[in-house]
Amino acid sequence: MIELWNALPVVIQILIKIIAIVLPLLGMVAYYTLAERKVIGYIQVRIGPNRVGWRGSLQPIADAVKLMMKEIVIPTKADKVLFLLAPMIAIAPALAAWAVFPFDEGLVLADINAGLLYLLALTSLGVYGIIIAGWASNSKYALLGAMRSAAQIVAYEIAMGFALVGVLVAAGSLNLGAIVAAQEGNLLTWFWLPLLPLFGVYLISGIAETNRAPFDVAEGESEIVAGFHVEYSGMAFAVFFLAEYANMILISALSALLFMGGWLSPFPQAWIEGIAILGDGFHWLLLKTFFFMFVFLWLRATFPRYRYDQIMRLGWKVFIPITIVWILVVALAVLAELPPWWSA
Amino acid sequence: MGFEKFLFYVFATITLVAAGMVITRRNPVHAVLYLVLAFISSAALWILLEAEFLGIVLVLVYVGAVMVLFLFVVMMLDVDIATLRAGFIRYLPIGALIAVVLALEIFLIVGPANFGLQQFPAPAPAAPGVSNTEELGLLLYTLYVYPFEIAAVILLVAIVAAIRLTLRRRSDTKYMDPAQQVRVKKGPDRIRIVKMPSERAAVPAVAASAAPQESTE
Amino acid sequence: MPFDAANLFPILPEIAILVTASVVLVLDLYLKEKDKDINHTLTLIGLLVAIGLTGAVGGGDARVVFDGNVVRDGLTDLLRGAILVVSLLAFVYARPWLKDRGLFVGEFYVLGLFAILGMLIMVSANSFLTIYLGLELQALSLYALVAFDRDSKKGAEAAMKYFVLGALGSGMLLYGVSMIYGATGSIEFGPVAQAVAEQGMDNKVLVFGVVFLVIGVGFKFGAVPFHMWVPDIYEGAPTPAVLLLGSAPKIAAFALAIRMLVDGLEAIQPDWQGMLLILAVLSMGLGNLVAIAQTNIKRMLAYSTISHVGFIFLGLLAGSAQGYASAMFYAIVYAVMSTGAFGILLILSRKGFDAENLDDLKGLNDRDSWYAAMMALVMFSMAGVPPTVGFMAKLLVLESVVRIDLVWLALVAVAFSIIGAFYYLRVVKVIYFDKPDPDMPVLTTSGGVRFAMSLNGLSLLALGLFPATLLSWCQSVFV
Repeated sequence: MIELWNALPVVIQILIKIIAIVLPLLGMVAYYTLAERKVIGYIQVRIGPNRVGWRGSLQPIADAVKLMMKEIVIPTKADKVLFLLAPMIAIAPALAAWAVFPFDEGLVLADINAGLLYLLALTSLGVYGIIIAGWASNSKYALLGAMRSAAQIVAYEIAMGFALVGVLVAAGSLNLGAIVAAQEGNLLTWFWLPLLPLFGVYLISGIAETNRAPFDVAEGESEIVAGFHVEYSGMAFAVFFLAEYANMILISALSALLFMGGWLSPFPQAWIEGIAILGDGFHWLLLKTFFFMFVFLWLRATFPRYRYDQIMRLGWKVFIPITIVWILVVALAVLAELPPWWSA
Repeated sequence: MGFEKFLFYVFATITLVAAGMVITRRNPVHAVLYLVLAFISSAALWILLEAEFLGIVLVLVYVGAVMVLFLFVVMMLDVDIATLRAGFIRYLPIGALIAVVLALEIFLIVGPANFGLQQFPAPAPAAPGVSNTEELGLLLYTLYVYPFEIAAVILLVAIVAAIRLTLRRRSDTKYMDPAQQVRVKKGPDRIRIVKMPSERAAVPAVAASAAPQESTE
Repeated sequence: MPFDAANLFPILPEIAILVTASVVLVLDLYLKEKDKDINHTLTLIGLLVAIGLTGAVGGGDARVVFDGNVVRDGLTDLLRGAILVVSLLAFVYARPWLKDRGLFVGEFYVLGLFAILGMLIMVSANSFLTIYLGLELQALSLYALVAFDRDSKKGAEAAMKYFVLGALGSGMLLYGVSMIYGATGSIEFGPVAQAVAEQGMDNKVLVFGVVFLVIGVGFKFGAVPFHMWVPDIYEGAPTPAVLLLGSAPKIAAFALAIRMLVDGLEAIQPDWQGMLLILAVLSMGLGNLVAIAQTNIKRMLAYSTISHVGFIFLGLLAGSAQGYASAMFYAIVYAVMSTGAFGILLILSRKGFDAENLDDLKGLNDRDSWYAAMMALVMFSMAGVPPTVGFMAKLLVLESVVRIDLVWLALVAVAFSIIGAFYYLRVVKVIYFDKPDPDMPVLTTSGGVRFAMSLNGLSLLALGLFPATLLSWCQSVFV
């Protein structure tokens, strides 16, 4: 079996790996939409979708079929090429970012040294899809949405980048695998504790970067109809939808990886001697990711939308100062070899 | 031709075509988008040169932040290309002459004769364990710490200058301060109970009209 | 490698300026409108401290620190001192003007201090990288200062021109530097000088680089034919900004030329000598001739700057220690003169009125004879009339040119300075022999301004009578 695998050309091997990552991801995205409707439904004391399949379990499939059947309407005077290119630009970085994501020790498509930087660079590209969509639609609501989104993402990207600088200082590496390895130990040695302010900033900035409630002013359906994708329909719209949810999953998985120890088990090694299921493994990563994905939905069901100027204030005047100060604190802690995180 | 060489030519072609498009497109938004493409493909070229840190930072900083703001501004502007190009033909001959002379000089000097592999042999590829980022960081914070700090001061000046030149309080706009708004607390900030003496004069009239109705019900 | 704190001693003046700028920047946020004078006081204190530190760390053998990026030698000490003193005067003159126009804000001081910091970095640079960064720091601050009066359309236009042409000049310079790096494999002046001495003129890349370098230096000095920005900016920018960018930056530009051309490329001096010669002759000619036709005094002073740059180049192109020393003397003296001239313009301005035209100087003698005398001193000095220091400066430069057997060049320079004397003396005539407009209000200035202007004007006379001290300092730098 191994020989057969090694005999394949490298390009084919990589392609197979990509498919092995992307297909489950798209499946997750589909069922995440169902989970969202169900979770929010229960939070609001409703049942949520329950007609297609057992308790609505086939709803995402039905939605997908419906969207595929619909016509893609291109507005008059829209920039046709860019209009169709925008959703693809939106989804490409959301998928490409997974290339450096380690699922377990050594289980990664491209184990590069500057993994964290790569992620940051790619997540910063996602905004192009939104801006281009907003401009190419030739609609004022779309343009307003795009403008809001651009300003918001640029603001929060800085805070997010600084939060990641804190992680980088704490772990002493840009390699994602090495960052997880640096958190080895138990629940309390993970980075969420020493980097608590950065963790908070990262999570909230992550929500803002993905344009999710309560930071969804780019869509803002009560103010600017649907924002940047108001003119989109059918598959073109579905791709934006996919990109948004893929980004949410990515941010959740990264939060798990960078601050919650990734695939590491929360229990100290001594307690779980012999119980394989409680040891380190992919299932822990999945569990943590699910938790953060749930937080995304929870927040949406709980908070009303932020006003635009308040979003800007939060990003520039609150988060950025917090991160800068905490980077200094972390750097000092690392220099002082503060136990239990950085004891030599 | 090796795979790397093939990739080099692919990205080099994309960079050149995109750069040409930047200066020939009539629509400024298209021009900016081509510039983005040029940046991305030059980042790829840098990565081919084993400068992965610089390549990724180029994408992160220029494409991810600077060009977004560019696009932001360009989309809002109503640029009239016709007036911009009004003097174009008139200045074309002299501009073209200078460009041609400069390009010729540069080709003569910056060519294989002076910068070929003989004068500058290809550096040995870095060992697999070498981290580009770490090496750059070490250099920046030891050998070049003084220029690095000056660069930081230049950025500070840019911030101060930009704010000085653009920030102005207009007297005719109404501002609200979100910082003050979020500090509002339950209680005295939100609601103020004002005690007022009831107005005597009105009372008899109301009482007179209200009292009979109540009695009938 | 561990960081040696001793590295920090030679740059203490820079650190003092940086700290002052940062303190003013932050403090300004909390100052009430009526307390803004604190910014001014703090700036002056910072400059005085920096002058003191320059003296304290100065003297002794040249010392290279920060891994070859910084050097502190005689040139550094003297030019640092000159820049700081001239800037100190500039800030004193600028205050009343700023107050009258509602521009008395912390940013003026912050940007001014950062510009000074850039100049200090330039005079102590020991590598192309450091000198370029210092230049950019200075230039960026000055661009912003030119546009400082946001409601002035002329100011915005001037800033735009300054920015575009300044960026072009920097681009040229940087391109030249990259060529020199390609030819010599270093950006530090010492190794570059060594490599250049070995290769000489044979290396085409080197020559190519030097051409761009000289063009860049020409842009920064405002020498003909790279002078296009100078008159428009002098005319359009607010006068305090002109005061700041017309005085001390010339000293810094001189340091730029000395560091790059002499410290780095002295071995190919014959090569850049020819280029500087062309720039010098054109600058003296065009500057002096066009200045005659100006009625706007700021514009006239701009063209006069161009002609003075020509004279500084005369000293540089001589290529001898004596020539460099005389060019240095000239640059310092010019900065003092120019500060005085623009200082007088600031004194003559008042709320709602900017002294810009020759007519605005009419009958200055009847209004305030002391300032009239000071302005006359400045003009005599610029014209090169003995016994003012301007005469000494011109004489020294000409002597160095004659010594390398370029007598014709000296004659050309003398001819142009005689032409130039016309428009300087015309100013003196206007001051003393024309009657002032009857509705001109009385000149009121604070004691500090009067003291600074007296110091400024009289120093021109004193230096002219006793040039030995400054001259010997200049000469001791180049031995």
